[in-house]
Amino acid sequence: MRVTVKDASFSVDAELSNFSQARTDSVGALATFVGYCRSESATGGVESLHLDHYPGFTEVEVARLARAVVERHHLIDLLVVHRTGAVTPREPIVLVAALAEHRAEALAAVAELMDYLKTDAPFWKREMNGGQSRWIEPTEADRARRAARGD
Amino acid sequence: MTRILFFGRVSDAAGCSEITTEIPRELRTVGDVRDWLAARDDALAPVILSPTVRAAVDRVFCSGDADLVVDAEEIAFMSPLSGG
Repeated sequence: MRVTVKDASFSVDAELSNFSQARTDSVGALATFVGYCRSESATGGVESLHLDHYPGFTEVEVARLARAVVERHHLIDLLVVHRTGAVTPREPIVLVAALAEHRAEALAAVAELMDYLKTDAPFWKREMNGGQSRWIEPTEADRARRAARGD
Repeated sequence: MTRILFFGRVSDAAGCSEITTEIPRELRTVGDVRDWLAARDDALAPVILSPTVRAAVDRVFCSGDADLVVDAEEIAFMSPLSGG
């Protein structure tokens, strides 16, 4: 399992290439999700997102969430890369990739971890536009998806 | 001395991301610290008293406001988390 929280832009291609090349013979499926910064949100234009985190705590919590997903879905390996700091449109915010024997486990694991990251990972996101900032908090849909997962 | 950290909306309301302070000995729980901070700062009060603001003591999420803060080195108050 590889969990990275970083304040610099990253290459999705390079991260995925390194991750998938290290796979074992038992891997039958790789599922991925990439979340990108958009230039528009429900409230208007977005010049950048700024992600705060709690150093020393965020990394531990993301690893704890990731480990639980690995165990629940019997993954062979899991990659999580999550940005902090200023992220501009088109840049990746988060990359999750799961290696499993079969597609069902890999796909379910990626979806589940994303639901947990949205509501349970210690990050705080602000949209910046025209010198104004606006905190982004989980939507009702995010909360509903998380609630459906149980504890 | 105890570091008190503020994240998300809480940092805006506090006007800073952290303070280092001596917590009065009679404050024993997270709820006591919330009330104490709210009483010191009118702008912070409505935010830090919100039930959506979670706390962590020494980098462990609290299960509720009854969790103890005695001898805590670091207490964090966090508006709703928003990763991904």
